[in-house]
Amino acid sequence: MTLPQPVRPFADFATVLRGHGFTISPDQTVGFIQAIGLLGPRDMGDIFRAARAMFAIPHERAEEFEALFRAFFMGQVIAAPVPGTEDKDEVQAYEPAGGGVEIEEVEGEEETGAEATVAERLSRRSFVPRTDDEALINFARLAPRRLPRRRSYRYARAPHGHRLDMRRTLREAVKRDGEIFTLAEVRRKTRQRRIVLLIDVSGSMKDRTESALHFAHALAQSADHFEAFTLGTRLTHITTALTVSDREQALERVSALVADIDGGTRIGDALQAFLNVPRYVGAARGAAVVVFSDGLERGDADTLLDAVRRLSRMAWRLDWLTPLAGDPDYSPQTEALQQILPWLDSFRDGSRTATLCEHFLTMARAA
Amino acid sequence: MPVRATIDGIGSPAALAEALRGAQYLADEGLATAAYLALALGKPLLLEGAPGVGKTEAAKAIGAVLARQVIRLQCYEGIDASAALYEWNYPRQMLAIRQAGNDYVNIYSDEFLLERPLLAALRNPATSLLLIDEIDRSDLEFEAFLLEFLSDFTISIPETGTVRAAQQPVVVLTSNRTRDLHEAIRRRCVYHWIDYPGSELEAEIVMMRASSVARATADAVVASVGLLRNEPLAKPPGVAETVEWAEAATLLHSQGNPWPEAFRRSIGVALKDQDDLAYMAPSLAAVLPGEAA
Repeated sequence: MTLPQPVRPFADFATVLRGHGFTISPDQTVGFIQAIGLLGPRDMGDIFRAARAMFAIPHERAEEFEALFRAFFMGQVIAAPVPGTEDKDEVQAYEPAGGGVEIEEVEGEEETGAEATVAERLSRRSFVPRTDDEALINFARLAPRRLPRRRSYRYARAPHGHRLDMRRTLREAVKRDGEIFTLAEVRRKTRQRRIVLLIDVSGSMKDRTESALHFAHALAQSADHFEAFTLGTRLTHITTALTVSDREQALERVSALVADIDGGTRIGDALQAFLNVPRYVGAARGAAVVVFSDGLERGDADTLLDAVRRLSRMAWRLDWLTPLAGDPDYSPQTEALQQILPWLDSFRDGSRTATLCEHFLTMARAA
Repeated sequence: MPVRATIDGIGSPAALAEALRGAQYLADEGLATAAYLALALGKPLLLEGAPGVGKTEAAKAIGAVLARQVIRLQCYEGIDASAALYEWNYPRQMLAIRQAGNDYVNIYSDEFLLERPLLAALRNPATSLLLIDEIDRSDLEFEAFLLEFLSDFTISIPETGTVRAAQQPVVVLTSNRTRDLHEAIRRRCVYHWIDYPGSELEAEIVMMRASSVARATADAVVASVGLLRNEPLAKPPGVAETVEWAEAATLLHSQGNPWPEAFRRSIGVALKDQDDLAYMAPSLAAVLPGEAA
């Protein structure tokens, strides 16, 4: 069936939007055409507002949408903000599916991390899987029972529950002419609390990156709700890559994604980039957030402090694991680390895989 | 769903904006268009925006314009069916069974049913407006349930059967965008992002809401609130804070405080976070409104 001529451009516009990665359902196209009919339309503004409302354009893509709208209906060509062409010196949130987000970097003058690298060096390194670590096997065995949990929406029958199941009690009573013999009880079901793991992959963490990613893979395999990111000069979302059950394959996919491995450290900026993406922030809300980093910060200490503060208010708990704490004499010296300590639920040793595993398995009890 | 170009005598976005003004709500063109389309097409209206831009107020004003009772469902983490849909009045049922003795009693009749917001809106679709507030606070599971509710407008009660809305109720959803809503929810709705109002509009809002405030004071407060919103604050002042600050400063001024002093003393109604106050303390003088007659 062909569309009537006057309606065709509006339907075509939906196709154009889809081509640019907006998700538009046929329902919405119909709604858009109906809306235009309702509004008159008196001018281009009506069509624009109808499109914005009916296609439910997310706020952060409003500019891109406006450029497309102008290009399509008014024949103007305006450079739309294309993801992926950001300035190199800014920390970006990078996701495989596109839609990169950049943030402005605040330049810090003082040298706060001796080992942290100044320049952003983009390089790729492949992670060679080692023989299976016993700690990881042990972790996979214990994780289902020991990872932290939260209450769910649903109730389940329980002999010693938290509240009376009046519905069931009543049904039982009806069968016995209104006599209550037992009180049924229910309790909230629980679900595993989301875990967000942020792994520092900068040059100063070189020796630990690989085993941290092994651990992240083990966690991704045993946790129901889990998100992983790498921090360096960029922020990279690696959860999807880690879902592959074969570790070798998973790590290959991760190494293909992470472009800033062994590069410089701007962890504060990377955390800010994380906080600037509402979707990521949503993942951190009420979650157990764990940062794995040595905290040798090249960027501005205030940026890091601000990011940690915000993260700490949002998360269920925020823990910082550092490989440097393996040394018994270690105490956090850098200014940045000193400042963030009050905002952390714990600052612990993450020098070996075993200590990482132990942290995650005991987190629920510590809370 | 039939398209109705005129709803309760409102036949265009401009007419709706005018009616909203009558209900003490100043809507810009975008909001008026989105709200009009939602009503005309019979779809839910999804309002997103930073806290304090007047999303809930917008919903209440639409309710007032349509002369409908606003039924509000406040979402929170852990909200469940018995808080959102319905609940049986178990103690009354139990008493009824006892009292009935050997007689027949229907304990699943209406008198034992406690309506919660969603059911109440479904049963009175013509006279109510359902406001689902801060949906981003609820769990993902509840959001999934809402998705089903918003497409079918039915609630099934195992004991009695399915309740179906006689007509599609007017629904407004709000979200502070602390997390992304599911795409499917957005698709079902007419969407509008409420931004902070422009300075002209915000000054008008202040004048409308706070009758004691002079226009010059309103302008000055709006300008400095605009500056505060550009700062990286944890809680940027919303529209309500602007109104309160103007009112508070006017009150202090009438008691003999000179102008910049009156603003500085009443800063607590605009900035409600210790960190923010500490952050702004050094540069506060530059941001505060100066002279305002």
